[in-house]
Order: sequence, then structure tokens, then C-alpha cells
Amino acid sequence: MSDQTVYSLEMRNISKTYPGVQVLHNVSLKLRPGTVHVLMGENGAGKSTLMKIIAGIVQPTSGDIVLFGKKVKFNSPRDGLRHGISMIHQELSPIPDMTIAENLFLGREHQYKGTFVIHYKKMNEEAAKLLSGIGLKIDPGTKMRDLTVAETQMVEIAKAISYNSDIIIMDEPTSAITDREVETLFSLINQLKSQNKSIIYISHKMDEIYRIADEISVLRDGHYIGTYAASQITPDQLINKMVDRELKEVFPEKKAKVSQEVVLKVKNLSHSKKFRDISFEVRAGEIVGIAGLMGSGRTEVVESIFGIRPLDSGEIYIRGTKVKIRNAKEAIRHRIALITEDRKQQGLILPLSVKDNMTLLSLKDFQRGKIIIDRKKEQSKAKEYVSSLKIKTAGLQQSVGSLSGGNQQKVVLAKWLMKAPEILIFDEPTRGVDIGAKAEIYKLIADLAEQGVAIILISSELPEVLGMSDRIIVFHEGKISGELQKQEATQEKIMKLATGTNNREVTSVGVNE
Amino acid sequence: MELTNNPAITEKKTFQPKHLLSSYGIVIALILLCIILSFTADNFLRSENLINVLRQVSINGILAIGMTFVIITAGIDLSVGSIVALTGVLAASFAKDETTLWLAVLIGLMSGLILGFLNGLVVARWGVASFIVTLAMMTVARGLTFVYSDGKPISGLSNAYLTIGKADFLGIPIPVWIFLVTFALCHFILYHTKFGRYVYAVGGNENAASVSGINVSLIKVLVFSISGLLAGLAGIVLSSRVSAGLPQAGTSYELDAIAAVVIGGTSLSGGRGRLWGTLVGVLIIGVVNNGLDLLNVSSYYQQIVKGCIIVAAVLLDSKKSK
Repeated sequence: MSDQTVYSLEMRNISKTYPGVQVLHNVSLKLRPGTVHVLMGENGAGKSTLMKIIAGIVQPTSGDIVLFGKKVKFNSPRDGLRHGISMIHQELSPIPDMTIAENLFLGREHQYKGTFVIHYKKMNEEAAKLLSGIGLKIDPGTKMRDLTVAETQMVEIAKAISYNSDIIIMDEPTSAITDREVETLFSLINQLKSQNKSIIYISHKMDEIYRIADEISVLRDGHYIGTYAASQITPDQLINKMVDRELKEVFPEKKAKVSQEVVLKVKNLSHSKKFRDISFEVRAGEIVGIAGLMGSGRTEVVESIFGIRPLDSGEIYIRGTKVKIRNAKEAIRHRIALITEDRKQQGLILPLSVKDNMTLLSLKDFQRGKIIIDRKKEQSKAKEYVSSLKIKTAGLQQSVGSLSGGNQQKVVLAKWLMKAPEILIFDEPTRGVDIGAKAEIYKLIADLAEQGVAIILISSELPEVLGMSDRIIVFHEGKISGELQKQEATQEKIMKLATGTNNREVTSVGVNE
Repeated sequence: MELTNNPAITEKKTFQPKHLLSSYGIVIALILLCIILSFTADNFLRSENLINVLRQVSINGILAIGMTFVIITAGIDLSVGSIVALTGVLAASFAKDETTLWLAVLIGLMSGLILGFLNGLVVARWGVASFIVTLAMMTVARGLTFVYSDGKPISGLSNAYLTIGKADFLGIPIPVWIFLVTFALCHFILYHTKFGRYVYAVGGNENAASVSGINVSLIKVLVFSISGLLAGLAGIVLSSRVSAGLPQAGTSYELDAIAAVVIGGTSLSGGRGRLWGTLVGVLIIGVVNNGLDLLNVSSYYQQIVKGCIIVAAVLLDSKKSK
């Protein structure tokens, strides 16, 4: 690393302060052409802010950005794009009622020469080329609304690449796509590298990181910790740098035995489009993992159990009694809690404070004389949960939208735990959550099981399902394709069931019936 | 071992002039306005004038309180001006006799409540945008007013009824009392009850509120009912003050109410806002109108000034949220 190297990007002593909190402290970063530079750190470490500064979305309080040896200053994302920097955002933001082509070329539409008339034909042709480049066989005239989350993500990737930028920032690009699409993305990344482009890649997934990283930089609590060659640092060392503590056992030892009592039993649940004949049981103290690809019906089934998606047929029993659950309110009355997959859409009320979000469900418990909310009691309860769940927040009045992903998830958890649920359904509980908070959430899930709560855990991360569950149910295209006990389950077996590839194998590992 | 002390809740409240300006910007604006007027307009600070300002703002104030509930749920109520007219005319027609005072008041309030309830029902049950539903209600209620009154003022009201709008209590006009009591009551409801919290939740994220088991439809029906009820109250006060139920009364009152709410910092996108902000917004509009009157500025200019204030207030607010 001689000083003669012309870096594609140098960030020098970048600091960023928001009212009352400094999120970046003198962070420096050097990016070399033709490399993949992975940025790691717990959520809330400042990665996303740093990336937004590079892309021109956020302006730094102090510090310089140097592009190919020239100092630049960005005032908007447009400036960033003009200087050859594009970004794949962690949060997808398509315009749902526009077509893929319109979204791809938003802000730079093709026009007939010398006019302001949009050249749709050309735009669609170009879009089709881009789509085939990322292996998507969809008509570019399709509305974004009609795409799956994974397809939307791939379109975002295509868009970022289509700017032909020198630097492409990818903020957790694989959070919503399947393995096959990940392969497509990685081969694209290799292509980009060979064109001497640089990629900044943010991810929490170790295996991914080690497949593509040339260099890895670590941020912790807004401070730059260091940059390391990927070949010279082990995952354990990396985790150490990120959290500054030993984190050997991510998955806690589960001590409690599963009781005999069946708390939740579902029989032949069916929904015309999403799933068919779903039957399973969950016992007190048991963690049942549900695995399956995106779109396999996992989320839809638990939404139906929770009463927010109507069932066409099927029966639900709680402690042996048949129940009808028509909405969330009734589900809550049956002591069911659902930690939804989409925190921002369904879990949190972003403008409200940490405290208001936590106590939203249990306001009744804080009422004096059936009308007045006892704010002191409410506050002390919220405070209790903030410290017991180790939620990092500037205060109870902080708006929940400004917390990091892991802390937001803990707020959602606190909200439900205040209701003391007996059946707790987690749908992707650690998506977008950093490693430290992940371990804490796992510990919490195990503790709850020990207290006798019946738990359903949906996850796309196989190690998570394997590490946490007593039993794993695998979904494939709206049906249960198999069930595995903890002892016999492996990643390979789950994947075979989830993809429905090898039916003979499936029967030999003991499908139900 | 940095992390071990991280979970601590650090409720830091450092004094920063910048924060003060952003949280209390409109209050400071109101105070500045009053200081300027006390120097430029001779009569401004006289107690008769100040009481006059309060009397003038009381009707807009009552409407703006209801509007605040609706806007926090990310809705809007365009029908309140017409409901003021309809309830005024209905109440007036029962107010010619001393003995039916309470009947008149009850009819005014109930008719407002029912119309508001209908607004809420259509919005919540069929998911029609509140802008459309209340726009329709605006013309329907206005039409009903003209049908009922045959387009003529309903006058000859009893003295008891006229007391509501014209009399004083402890030196302060009764409409001002009504406004202040309504404010106190609604402030209590919004900040000390479960319902109040749910109003914010529904406006902040309807989806999440529903998954949390909140009856979103019910909350919506209730906020529109409150807005209708308060429009009925305003209709009674207005008809009493002008001694007649006027079919053309209340025209464009909804816009003044919305303006007050927006100046007060409540976000039209829902979930954010404060009722005391609305109070300040109402006062700013009232003080500006009064001050320009005292300075002999024509009412044509007053409208221009009001428009500029709305934009300035929103700009101030958007700076805050950055």
C-alpha cells in the first residue's frame, strides 16, 4: 500500500453530528480501484451514515471526500451519481405504480432527440438488456408493485449497476434474495471488478463476506477501527474488532425440556393462493423453527394464525380448545404475539417515541380509574424493559425511527413481552440486526422457552433455525415438505426439503406421516 | 468492555438555544408578534382588545381542536364549515322559546356528532379518502342547511340562547370559556387516555397499529365524530353570537381551522403534532387579524399575510424535523 496508489475514493476524518448525538468520529477510509471493500460493524456503528455521505445523501459535519485524487463536495445524491457513485439501498424504495423500466431510468429517461418526449420503446429495450444481465426474465413493462421482494431487490441492483459508476455501494444487497440470485450478484461483482470498478459492500453474513472481500474495514460506535486484508483476518478476529468482546457462543444452551402440553395446534390450514393443508403443533417451552424459501408461504401461515390474513379452511386449537381468530385483537386475547417480518411497516410506529411504542399494547395496565394513563408507572415499566433488553437509546422520548435495526427490534419485542404472551411467533427476528444484538435476541428467545412459552421461529438463515429450534418444519411452495428433529437436521437436509429437489432423500429423513 | 455500560438510559437534557427555537418557535413567534403590535398599535394591549381577540378566535379554536384529532390520524375534515351552518340553523329553529334551550343545544350537538360519525364511518368502513368523503359532506350539509332554512336566516332567538354567545362570566365572554374548557378536555383525552395514544398510533402507522390489535376503524370513526361534535358546538356559539341561524355561515371555516393546526406544527402526514401547538396557531391567526385591523390594513391584505404565515410556519417546522 504505497502512497503512490491512486485511490478511487478516500474519506478523510469524516465526522457527522446530529442534534445531540455524534454518529461518526473522524472516520477515514481508502478504497482501491478494482476491489471489493467490505464494511463491517454492528448496527448503529455508523456504516449506513458513512455510505450516505459517500453517495451525497447526507452531508458530513467535517472531513473531506477525495475522488481519484480530487477533493469533492456533494450536496445531493445527484452530485454523487454525476461523480460516478451509485448505491443499492438497504431499504428498497421503488415507485410501485411505475414499470420496471420507468424505475430503472427514473431521473434520466430516454427522450426523442431534441424533444421532451419520453422514448418508451428505447427505454424498454435498454431495460430488457439490463434485466437479462442480472438474470431476470421479466417484461420491463411490469409494474414494480407486481414483483416479489427478491425481484425488486434485483431491479435495484440492476439500477445501481446501470449508472456505469466507478464506485458502487451495496448496503446489505442480499438481505432479501435467494441463493441463486446471490450467485448472479457475485458473478456481476466479479465482472465489475475486472472493469476496475470499486465496490463497497455492507453485510452481516460472514460466508458472503469471505467469498468476495478483498479488504475489510471495521467501524465500531462511529469510530474507525481498522482495515484488514480479507486473507489475513479470521471471522473470530473480525467479530472481536466489531464488538470488542469475545463472542464465542452465539446460540445459547437451551436448558429447559419441552413439556408434553400442546399449546398451539393447527390443522389443515389452507388459503386459496398461499398455502395448503398446513398442520403442526407447538408445545409449551418448545421452539419450532420454520424454514423455507421466500414466498413459500411461511409468513402467510403465521399471519393467518394471528388473524390478520383470512383462512379459507382449517382449524386452530389453543390448549385443546378450538378457537376462531378473526383479527389481531382476538389473537392478543388468546395470548399470541407476532413479531412481524417487516419492522417498519408492521412492527413500529416510527413517529412515536420508544416508550409510546413499547406500551402501546398494554396501556390498559397503566390506567388509573379506567381512564387516566398513569404516566409514571408507564415510564418506569418502559425503563425497566430498556435496561433489561439493553436497548441503546438516548432516552424514552427518542423517536423510535432514529434507533438502529437491532434496537428497533428490541423495542418491538418489549412491546409484546409486556403482554406476557404464551405463544410467541418470530418472523425473521434478526433481519438487519447486528451480531451483538442477535446474540441477545437468541438468548431472550431461549429464556422465554425456558419459561414455558411456545415459540415459532421463522428464519431464512439456516444456522439460526438449526441453532435455536427443537424441531424444524420446512415449507415448500405453500406446503409442509418435511419435518426434522434437532438431532437429525442439517443445512443440506433443510435445503433439499425447501427446494423440493430430492424427494427420495426427503422420505428417508423422516417426513411426517 | 465498552458495551457493558452502553444500555444505560442517558436522559440528557442539555440546554441548546437552537433546540429551544425549534420546539418553541411558534410560541416565540407569537410573543414577538405581540411585542411588535404593542408598539405599533396603541390599543393592542388594552384588556378589552385582548378579550376581543379571544372572543374572535374562539369559534375557529373549537373547530381547530377537532381538526387536530383528525389530522393526527392523517385525515382531513373539510365539512366542518358546512356543519357549523347546519347545526346553527337546526339549533336556532328550536331556540325561539326559553323553555327549549337545552333541546336546541342538544339538537345542535347531536346533529354535528351524527354528521361527523357518518364521515368517519365512510372513511373507516369503505376506505374512501377523508378528503373526498368530507368534501362530499361539505356540500351535502350546506345543501341540507339551505333546504331546512329555505335559504333564509332563522332569527327571533330567546334570550337564554343568546346568553351562550353574548354574555360574560367573570369578565370573560362565554364563547372563550367554552373554547378553553373544550381545549382542556381534549388535551386530557389526547394525552392521558388510551384513546389519545391510539390516535397517534393510527396516524403514525396504520398497519402497525392494526397488527398491535388496535381497532383502527373505531379510532377513525371517533376522531371524525369528535370533529363533527365540536363543529356542532361551534355552530351553536356562532348562531347565538350573531343572533340568528344563518344558512351561509361558516363558509371556508374549515380552511382557517386547518391553517391553525398546520401553523401549530401538526403534520398532515399523521402521527405528529401537539394540541397546544394548535392553540398557539389559533392565537397567531387571531392576533394577526386583530393587529392588521388595528393598523387599518384592509382585509384583502390580511388574507395575503395569513397565507405567508402558513408557509413560514411550515418551513420552520420542516427545519425542525431535519
